[in-house]
Amino acid sequence: MSPSVPLQEMIRAIRSARTQCEERGVIQRECAAIRAQFRNTDNEGRSHNLAKLLYVHMLGYPAHFGQMECVRMIASPRYSDKRVGYLGAMMLLDEKQDASLLITNSIKNDLSHSNQYVQSLALCTLACMGSAEMCRDLAPEIDRLLRSSNSYIKKKAALCAVHIVRKVRELGELFVPSARSLLSEKNHGVLHGAVVLITQLCEQSPETLERFRKTVPDLVQIMKGLVISGYSPDHDVAGVSDPFLQVRILRLLRILGRHNEAASDAMNDLLAQVATNTDSTKTVGNAVLYETVLTVLDIKSESGLRVLAVNILGRFLLNNDRNIRYIAMTSLQKIVVTDHIAVQRHRGTIVDCLKDQDASVKRRALELSLALVSASNIRSTMKELLIFLSSCPPELRAHAASGIFNAAERYAPSQRWHIDTILHVLTTAGADVRDETVPNLIQLITNTSELHCYTVHKLYRALLTDISQQPLVQVACWCIGEYGDLLLKGECQETEAVQVTEDDVLDALEIVLQSHMSTPTTRGFALTATMKLSTRIIDNVDRIRSVVSIYGSCIDVELQQRAVEYNALFKKYDHMRAAVLERMPVIQKNSVGQTNGEVGEETVKESQAAKVAQKEMALPPQPAGQVCDLLDLLGGSQEPLQPSSSLGGAASTQPTTAGGDLLDLLGGLEPTPPTPAPAVTVYEKNGVTLTISCEQQSDSGLTVTLTASNSSDSDISGFTLQAAVPKSVQLQMRAPSRDSLPANGAAKLTQLVILNNPNKVNLKMRIRVSYTSQGSAVQDMVQVDSFPGIGAAGL
Amino acid sequence: MIKAILIFNNHGKPRLSKFYEHYNEDTEQQIIRETFHLVSKRDENVCNFLEGGLLIGGSDYKLIYRHYATLYFVFCVDSSESELGILDLIQVFVETLDKCFENVCELDLIFHVDKVHHILAEMVMGGMVLETNMNEIIMQVDAQNKMEKSEAGIAGAPARAVSAVKNMNLPEMPKNINIGDISIKVPNLPSFK
Repeated sequence: MSPSVPLQEMIRAIRSARTQCEERGVIQRECAAIRAQFRNTDNEGRSHNLAKLLYVHMLGYPAHFGQMECVRMIASPRYSDKRVGYLGAMMLLDEKQDASLLITNSIKNDLSHSNQYVQSLALCTLACMGSAEMCRDLAPEIDRLLRSSNSYIKKKAALCAVHIVRKVRELGELFVPSARSLLSEKNHGVLHGAVVLITQLCEQSPETLERFRKTVPDLVQIMKGLVISGYSPDHDVAGVSDPFLQVRILRLLRILGRHNEAASDAMNDLLAQVATNTDSTKTVGNAVLYETVLTVLDIKSESGLRVLAVNILGRFLLNNDRNIRYIAMTSLQKIVVTDHIAVQRHRGTIVDCLKDQDASVKRRALELSLALVSASNIRSTMKELLIFLSSCPPELRAHAASGIFNAAERYAPSQRWHIDTILHVLTTAGADVRDETVPNLIQLITNTSELHCYTVHKLYRALLTDISQQPLVQVACWCIGEYGDLLLKGECQETEAVQVTEDDVLDALEIVLQSHMSTPTTRGFALTATMKLSTRIIDNVDRIRSVVSIYGSCIDVELQQRAVEYNALFKKYDHMRAAVLERMPVIQKNSVGQTNGEVGEETVKESQAAKVAQKEMALPPQPAGQVCDLLDLLGGSQEPLQPSSSLGGAASTQPTTAGGDLLDLLGGLEPTPPTPAPAVTVYEKNGVTLTISCEQQSDSGLTVTLTASNSSDSDISGFTLQAAVPKSVQLQMRAPSRDSLPANGAAKLTQLVILNNPNKVNLKMRIRVSYTSQGSAVQDMVQVDSFPGIGAAGL
Repeated sequence: MIKAILIFNNHGKPRLSKFYEHYNEDTEQQIIRETFHLVSKRDENVCNFLEGGLLIGGSDYKLIYRHYATLYFVFCVDSSESELGILDLIQVFVETLDKCFENVCELDLIFHVDKVHHILAEMVMGGMVLETNMNEIIMQVDAQNKMEKSEAGIAGAPARAVSAVKNMNLPEMPKNINIGDISIKVPNLPSFK
């Protein structure tokens, strides 16, 4: 066998291979030579062979035959052999290989070697790939080394102990005393290792955490020394002395100070000092500042310190370095719920970051902006958000659109503004909005009767320009169908008048019907709209009739059904057509998030509901009974329309009596989401009633709606609700709809609480009610043990 | 904890791969390829933090990288490490390499992979940061290298001598030395008793 060339020659040979195939050939030859060399126990150049094998391994070729050689090399007395052997062990061996057990003994011997570098090799390997058994065997050795006088060995032993504690948790107890004593070291490397070890021990066991709380003063002392001391060339990085150690200590202080008043108090001064003294012009200074901010926000710090921390984050946002902007955003996101007011101050900067080039910064800026929207800044924020929407990356569009809708719904300053905003979103990002937007928007439009004219004009114009955005087209078709007469009248106070002829309108709807871009749902909307126009226009009824009859033979079953029914309406029931296709009543406004049912069914239900109303009714706030009827009527039956029987029932002209018949025919289904949400009264005192209803959103998510009303004779002001849940449940309270309850139930207060119960614990909630009634402040606590709407099995 | 440290060039060829958690060889190569794909797509003016690819643990782990000329230095870390701190650590690592190799370039890393491993072993051990003081690291590495050389010195002397002779560039030695005929006159010396 020709002797294999040294490592560098081999590397040169591999690099000179021009194709993958050539390279494989070279490597195979080399591996064969190496294998042969391993077999004969020649001492010369063994380390070279193993080094070559490790290089080959890095390139991705199989190298498992080197494992036994590693074991042999580790056992050799020569340092160079050991060095390569241990490196090979770290790269090739792991606890699943049998060979790893064989090196345990070598490691044990090497840990007591006279040469510190041999000791360090053994420590390094144990820390990298030590299995649980090896750790158990060698833990006492490591503990002994922790007490040695050699700081080089001590720092390595400390990190090795961290690995042991990670692998075998019970051994943590063994290292606690030595870890404690290491804190008094001067050597920064050893200190660093000690802090890491203590951090690991505290994270793993709460009892150890308690014991280490006593070290807070020592840690504070060390930090002070680092921060205040003058220039020390050894550990200085760009003007900050040993930033790595500072960051580590700050992190440990965070863990020790969490949930503990006393420890947090001890740290307050120090944190303030670090925050103000650290130079923030370089990255290292920023690293320390960032860690300080995270610590301040996590422990029970005083409010002045918290504001300082948030201000530092705000300063970070203006930094030129994109990395710093990114982490500032991430931290602000975590605290926006708890420190809302402090973050509000930086709203301007955050909204500016929407224009940042980095996609991850943009995403975080979007989420933060949506979280910071409030009634006072809605207009300016929305302007920015809409600009953002037109240029935002596609993966963020859906999220942005739904966020904008939510914000608009909650804080819209005026109806017209609301409709404008929604229309704007639909035209820019229409394809990405969620399905429930369409019925929500329709409901919103019907509720604002004074803007019908304006809305339908705008929608018509939007439809003319672009029919590719399906939600927009659906809403536009529906409005044109409903308010076509307003469109044709031509005059409108809010926007410039445009003369629209009947032909134009019908053309537009036909284009939608025939376009290949329209989905079947959209076509359904367009067909129904065309049909509705037959009662609102004068001349072109024949055209409508012909359109409808064409679709009587359409392949799409849904369209065909509609067309056939409308045809029947023309032929046999022409005398009822006007009544059937009259203007719809206002849809009762439901709470946020609930829909009136699916889009597809909507139009079928609407035609049925239209049968009931004899004249245009803008519904004033109704007494409870009639509201229920209307809700029932809006819930359509699932069976296809049978014109003869149901129309027979609608022939009577009295809405109230017809309501009763139709209830039977339509089955009286409630238009509520799948899990019905009964309301349960949990608190009743002084005329204040608090009811609670829940809705299961997902496997572990639950939305609870708290509704408060006041049946007494005097107004109630300053009404606030606070809620607390078991530890593992996450709670998020949305802003309440109002903060006062007028007398005699004139208005209700609703507040949404969103719960996340990932561990599926038994859900309980404690609610504190506070309000001012007749001049005196009242505060009460209620406990809710069972939630209505959840099955017996719990969440 | 640092899960892996990878150095690869602009074409994705690995120059150093150190994993602090065990994966089998195929997975290691896949991780290197996946990381390269994720990191090479990044523009120059975006931030240096990425979410880890699926193979290496997904969104729990972050990839913190720096691009120097032809090389990408990528550290895959979990949430217990400070991102800015790791960026500084990469900087210290590269400066240390620069000091050890005198104006380090990619070729140095290619031909002295084992030395780079040894330097790295002085900085990061078992996935945790061990030492960040550049002078301390270099001091230890030099001491270890000296030890290795001195060991190889005694045992390797004959081998080194042989290879030295082999590599010596001697001019062609003449095989026959032909001095030519020399007539040497030997004087008559009286015999001594």
